[in-house]
Amino acid sequence: MSAASNPTSPKQIVVVGGGMVAHRFTEAMRARDTDGEFAVTVLAEEPRRPYDRVALTSYFTGRHPEDLELGDRDLWDHPLVTLHRDARVVEVDRELRTVTDKHGKTYPYDHLVMATGSYAWTPPTEGADLPGVFVYRTIDDVAALRIYVEERAKEEGRPVRGAVIGGGLLGLEAAGALQELGASSTVIQFNDRLMNLQVDVGGGAALGRLVENLGVTVKVNTATQSIKPNKTGRVGRLVFADGGEQLADVVVFATGVRPRDELGREAGLQIGERGGIVVDDACLTSDAAISAIGEVACIQGACIGLIAPGNTMAEIAVDRLLGGTSEFPGADTAAKLKLLGVDVASFGDAHGTTPGALELVYADPVAGVYKKLVLTDDARTLLGGVLVGDASSYASLRPMVGSELGGDPAGWLLPEGAIERPNVELPDAANVCSCNNVTAGTIRGAVTEHECTDIAAVKACTKAGTSCGSCLPLVKKLVGSELEKAGIEISNALCEHFEFSRAQLFDAIQVSELRTFSEIIERFGKGRGCDVCKPTIGSVLASLHNEHVLAQDRAALQDTNDRVMANMQKDGTYSVVPRVPGGEILPEHLILIGQIAKDYGLYTKITGGQRLDLFGARLEQLPEIWTRLVEAGMESGQAYGKSLRTVKSCVGSTWCRYGVQDSTTMAIALELRYRGLRSPHKLKMGVSGCARECAEARGKDVGIIATDNGWNVYVGGNGGFTPVHAQLLVEDVDDDMVFKVIDRYLMFYIRTADRLQRTAPWQQDYEGGLDAIREIVVNDSLGICADLDAHMERHVDTYEDEWAAVLRDPERLRQFSSFINAPETPDPTLAYMPERGQRRPATAEERENSPVLIASPTLEVRS
Amino acid sequence: MTTLHASDQRIETRVRVCHMDQLTPELGVAALVGDTQVALFLLSDGRLFAVQNFDPFSNASVMSRGITGSKGDIPTIASPIYKQVFSLATGQCLATMDKDPQEGNPADLVTYPVTQDNGQVYIDLAGGE
Ligand code: SRM
Ligand SMILES: Cc1cc2nc3c(=O)[nH]c(=O)nc-3n(C[C@H](O)[C@H](O)[C@H](O)COP(=O)(O)OP(=O)(O)OC[C@H]3O[C@@H](n4cnc5c(N)ncnc54)[C@H](O)[C@@H]3O)c2cc1C
Ligand code: SF4
Ligand code: FES
Repeated sequence: MSAASNPTSPKQIVVVGGGMVAHRFTEAMRARDTDGEFAVTVLAEEPRRPYDRVALTSYFTGRHPEDLELGDRDLWDHPLVTLHRDARVVEVDRELRTVTDKHGKTYPYDHLVMATGSYAWTPPTEGADLPGVFVYRTIDDVAALRIYVEERAKEEGRPVRGAVIGGGLLGLEAAGALQELGASSTVIQFNDRLMNLQVDVGGGAALGRLVENLGVTVKVNTATQSIKPNKTGRVGRLVFADGGEQLADVVVFATGVRPRDELGREAGLQIGERGGIVVDDACLTSDAAISAIGEVACIQGACIGLIAPGNTMAEIAVDRLLGGTSEFPGADTAAKLKLLGVDVASFGDAHGTTPGALELVYADPVAGVYKKLVLTDDARTLLGGVLVGDASSYASLRPMVGSELGGDPAGWLLPEGAIERPNVELPDAANVCSCNNVTAGTIRGAVTEHECTDIAAVKACTKAGTSCGSCLPLVKKLVGSELEKAGIEISNALCEHFEFSRAQLFDAIQVSELRTFSEIIERFGKGRGCDVCKPTIGSVLASLHNEHVLAQDRAALQDTNDRVMANMQKDGTYSVVPRVPGGEILPEHLILIGQIAKDYGLYTKITGGQRLDLFGARLEQLPEIWTRLVEAGMESGQAYGKSLRTVKSCVGSTWCRYGVQDSTTMAIALELRYRGLRSPHKLKMGVSGCARECAEARGKDVGIIATDNGWNVYVGGNGGFTPVHAQLLVEDVDDDMVFKVIDRYLMFYIRTADRLQRTAPWQQDYEGGLDAIREIVVNDSLGICADLDAHMERHVDTYEDEWAAVLRDPERLRQFSSFINAPETPDPTLAYMPERGQRRPATAEERENSPVLIASPTLEVRS
Repeated sequence: MTTLHASDQRIETRVRVCHMDQLTPELGVAALVGDTQVALFLLSDGRLFAVQNFDPFSNASVMSRGITGSKGDIPTIASPIYKQVFSLATGQCLATMDKDPQEGNPADLVTYPVTQDNGQVYIDLAGGE
């Protein structure tokens, strides 16, 4: 099969199913088929682009279905890729080599790929078809579940009672989802423990305790016999085989999956004993023109319900089509999950079935930790393990299955730091990222051969860590040690004067209580500083003490704009942007701003942040302009500085016919609360009065959107160079809670972010992401909330109008003169041209040639 | 920019611009000497430096409003506009930030001898280089 044999038209590959594995197949084909030998047509039953089913539950924590989309959308625009959504295939004709979809459309194929996945299987149970019974497999399933629970909650006026049948991985995810929706949840498990496939009896017991602590009721050894309706004909209660009963308003079946092999059966392909389309190690079915990959494939005798082996099959199928010889290596069924916030991991021979295997167990029932290593009979080689409650060592342990652990294996079980962990070098062949099948050798190669010098580059180059992310700690470690070997220092030093990162410096300054740059550099740095570390320290000091930016020796630390509290323009003049909290403005204030602009001949423009910008004010004019603002009860505003900019608002419920909360009042309150707050980068906020989102709040660092019950708070949005939508932090909270979570979120960001790192990348890079941040700022998992609260309280209490403060202080006022020996003389090099009735800086050419220059002093006549 | 050529005649070419008390350590000021703008710096160790106020990379007269610092042992000043770094001692541009100076401008700054006499600060334009 070479392109040369058919130079004009590419071969047609039809993929049935548009799930995760179909996506991987298409992506790999496009990446590797550089000659354009194959065109891929994907026929998907679901109405959307392939999405991350593994992350389905995050739909309940506010992620939009589109956020779950896999990979880069451009893939579907590739000329050799076609995706048909809502196009379930109903027939395969192996003789004609065509498939037909439900709309009757027929597609010819040269090669067919079956990637139809699985369906959620429910045991035959009386009442399983009642309204209120759900399964948990697709976005549509979870969306329907959500609507039902929300409606029931409204009707009943009490929390909805949820029941999940099945205590495996999916059952626990569903239980978490119900809790997220505000329903109670009971998990009903037929087996004697939760997650019996993955964990052993001890691990199951530990897991049960942890889950119950989170408010989920667990019933093991319980068989559900029937589901009975209530008076309205919807789910009302469960009846168990032992005669027991349980009230339930909603039931989710999570009793396992079965391969969707019906098309294969009808087409006469060989089917496995327990279902699934049988394939060989090259992923070919009994018909060599048809491959099967993912959960529908019965490979080496079984269908595997995990994404990693599915992706491996996709890669093999592509490789084989392109003439390669790769074979399925056997499935790695290792898994690390975070269910309801509880870490659970199992890998290798978790149940210790290898003859002579030894088990080493550490259990701490109080802390809710259970760890077990399975070792060979000489206690040297790792065979597998189970980790419940603390799976931090998973990333390091899993790739070592089959290798000697070295040293005392107990080091891996005890809490970190109890005894030293043996330092073992991972063999090149060890599989580090199981989702994407990337070995330690490949990761090392990315550094040594492909010149990747940071994690982001290694991720892009190898795909390691780009799926579930559980391997990232290990990837980081490998990259770090490889860079070190290559003599490349991975430095987080701020600049040549400080070896620290911004976050480290923040801690150092806070702990040492030093307040001047000279003391700080003497103690923690070297040299005289520079334009990187000086503003950083200026900002840290401002965050910590909220003293005036020009106090003590601070003025000399400030970056261009903070130094004079206005924005420097290209010609050395400044812009003044008066604060307009929440965008609401008195007509008198509008008139005043207009008058100032006229008097000083300032170019005037409405900004993108709901305020007015006055350009072209000279250094020595700033205090006069501020005086006029202050006298009228206004203040200038931070359009400069790494600080809060504006809180954009929409008109909200006061005027808008759709508004459900008063967004303008909220925006004003937020702007007045956080104004002047110094941070690692600038901060922007937005408040919308309803879900129509006219204030574009989700494009802001903090976005607040009104709901019928209060406010949803979103964090980590960004416009600018890399736009990112903000993610939901908390839902339906009242005003006080809005302030509380934002206080903490911002303070935590201020303490831990890098220099010039905005909230979006900070939140993404933070270990554990937004979930971990939510734990810290909402559930106080680090026990620092009181501290963060106090810190913000101090900011709010000590806020001062920094411009008015300068006007009161003759010392600082002196810094606003044009020349030390001629304080009132304007900079003689300024030159302007008229444009649309205002003035703008003259270009270099105009300066040389044009006789019509307007020197600025002629325009500033002030009566 | 006017450049006075101090010949070997012993005329006084220094101009008094301010008193030492008017300077804040590490915080530059601009001085107008004839129609030449000079950026004047007092460092915290007591040293005085004077360079041209005109920033060759932006054509704006702003160097006095930059941030002082050091690169190795060299005392420096960074432009407030595009952050190029210059030696205060020699005027040499030490970091161009991947930019070229505006057309017709050399990248380096002119430095001027600056002296202190009885609390008064003098700049000598004639000594500019
Ligand atoms: C005035 C304004 C443009 C306008 O005429 O509308 C403006 C002007 C500047 N923006 Fe902006 N941005 C303005 C709204 C925005 C917006 C829209 C918004 O806020 O709704 C964005 C995208 C949203 C965002 O930030 O996420 C925006 C994204 C940027 C960025 C890119 C930030 C990023 O994360 O990628 C920069 C560069 C930076 O901050 O490093 C920037 C930097 C600047 C600076 C400060 C550049 C500078 O240092 O000279 C400009 C200063 C203006 C001045 O001298 O007064 N400006 N800038 C807007 C002021 C709004 C206000 O009232 O405060
Ligand atoms: C809630 C949840 C959590 C999970 N967590 C994990 C985890 O943590 N780790 C892990 O490894 N795995 C996990 N899984 C399993 C993982 O999602 C699957 O292994 C993976 O999605 C399989 O990919 P696939 O492409 O084979 O099947 P699917 O992703 O199911 O895709 C198959 C697609 O084919 C479509 N289809 C079926 N028949 C037809 C037809 N006739 N015509 C057209 N289209 C058709 C289906 O509608 C579906 O969209 C989880 C699954 C769920 C539901
Ligand atoms: S977001 Fe809603 S309330 Fe606000 S202006 Fe738009 S439609 Fe009206
Ligand atoms: S193991 Fe899931 S991304 Fe690497």
